[in-house]
Amino acid sequence: MTGHVVRNQIRSGFYLDSVALMRLSREVEDSPGVIAASMMIGTPSNKSLLESAGLLSVEGGKAGPNDLIIAIRGETAEAADGALGLAGEALDRPRQSSGDDGGWIPRALDSAIAMLPAANMAIISVPGAFAAREARRAMRRGLNVMMFSDNVPVDQECALKAQAAELGLLMMGPDCGSAIIGGAPLGFANAVPRGPVGIVAASGTGLQEVSTLIGRHGGGISHAIGVGGRDLSQAVGGATTLAAIDALDEDPGTDRIVLISKPPSVEIAQRIFARVATSSKHFTICFIGMDASELPGNATFAPTLRAAAEDALGGVSLGTGFDADIPRSHNRVMGLFAGGTLCAEAQAIFLAAGIEVASNAPVPGASPLGHGLAHHLLDLGADEYTLGRPHPMIDPTVRHRSIREALVDPGVAVLLIDMVLGYGAHDDPAGDIAGLLAGHDGPRPVILASVCGVEADPQIYPEQVATLEKAGIWVAPSNAHAAERAVSMIAPSDA
Amino acid sequence: MSGINLLQSKIEVVNIGLPLFAEALAVQDIPVVQVDWTPPAGGDERLIELLDLLSE
Repeated sequence: MTGHVVRNQIRSGFYLDSVALMRLSREVEDSPGVIAASMMIGTPSNKSLLESAGLLSVEGGKAGPNDLIIAIRGETAEAADGALGLAGEALDRPRQSSGDDGGWIPRALDSAIAMLPAANMAIISVPGAFAAREARRAMRRGLNVMMFSDNVPVDQECALKAQAAELGLLMMGPDCGSAIIGGAPLGFANAVPRGPVGIVAASGTGLQEVSTLIGRHGGGISHAIGVGGRDLSQAVGGATTLAAIDALDEDPGTDRIVLISKPPSVEIAQRIFARVATSSKHFTICFIGMDASELPGNATFAPTLRAAAEDALGGVSLGTGFDADIPRSHNRVMGLFAGGTLCAEAQAIFLAAGIEVASNAPVPGASPLGHGLAHHLLDLGADEYTLGRPHPMIDPTVRHRSIREALVDPGVAVLLIDMVLGYGAHDDPAGDIAGLLAGHDGPRPVILASVCGVEADPQIYPEQVATLEKAGIWVAPSNAHAAERAVSMIAPSDA
Repeated sequence: MSGINLLQSKIEVVNIGLPLFAEALAVQDIPVVQVDWTPPAGGDERLIELLDLLSE
């Protein structure tokens, strides 16, 4: 950071939602002499993110949760000061209010319920410090909750889930970005046909990959319930997972149930399996990175998301016949994922083939970065890549820098990427990457992609696939196929 | 018995936070009302606690 200048400015009593702030931050970051720009509400978690990125000054450290921190790192003091001025102008521009369609927008939950008396769900995505309060209030008014907010203290999560159980409500999250209830995609989810498969998932892109694979192959989803990334931790004890299993077990429209998560602790897994054993329905257990363990007789273990979809479809084999004619190589695989669980699935496939991988989000058996291992599979949606920026599913340009570096790296033989479609996601991620490739001259690695989506999604699955193929990208029928194909290209001496 | 009857109901949503979630529901004709949320009580935690005590 030598020679760089960090400037912070605080605006007291200023609130704007995080996506709007990220857009403005990117605008400022694009101006000359600015190395990094971030505008964030001064919650403790945001301040610690800014600090770890070297963007927090003593002044910014004094901000509270009702203050906005404008943080700039510039090449010179002039550039940083100029950027502060630009940020101020951007913030002062007149804006449309949230969801403004010219009508009145309620500022309080009770007014919103008065406008929509049959409301039965609150989607909450306010800063984590305030999210539990909103959820408590929503549940007291009889609303189920889907909470996208993260950085919610774990004791608050436990208390919310206990409240939900008492009231007969579903508490999805915190950190739940994807669900489909009664055919309605909520958050980041796909327009999957309805059918007999129920899903309970602690992972957003895991839910999306399994539901879209089922949807693209003639099946359908009754309900897909997100539980939040921490639900199967020891502290939370699988509270929402167990409630969701109960609800799907009773649901006459659900015949089979798929559970998707990172591996839980042994104790929590046993608790879940004990509940599964009491059901008359068939379960597919997809705890990515876990060894097949002793499951109840009505359950099948699925080591990958694709295997979970195959089992849920009654044991079919998906994507047979996919064979990209790609030469073998001694060089590296670089995976740049928008979907965290898609990154985890790819790691599991490499490890099962005996190939070591490193990741910023390693599954059991994989290594953290910085161990000199050849193959890197990165979750670019993780905090360290998205500080003050939108998630790569919303804004694919946030992975441009990493993709450009991989394109010109002669040591990279294969670039593995995912495209996540659906509501909430970018409207043309394939067009974005095709545009990036069109601007690239010279040799480049083989690019293997998978597209998580269905035809009825706003981005239209077959059109996205066609755009990628036209740009010279191999499109695999699933993320697992793409990872397997990458594995098969690596010469055994690299394994 | 889960006691949860959400799965048998038609979804109607109050969206508290990012407008993009409400926009995605509106284009699917799912009933949704956006709340124009700002931190309560100016973000003052003690004042929020007091307000909550009063409202209960």
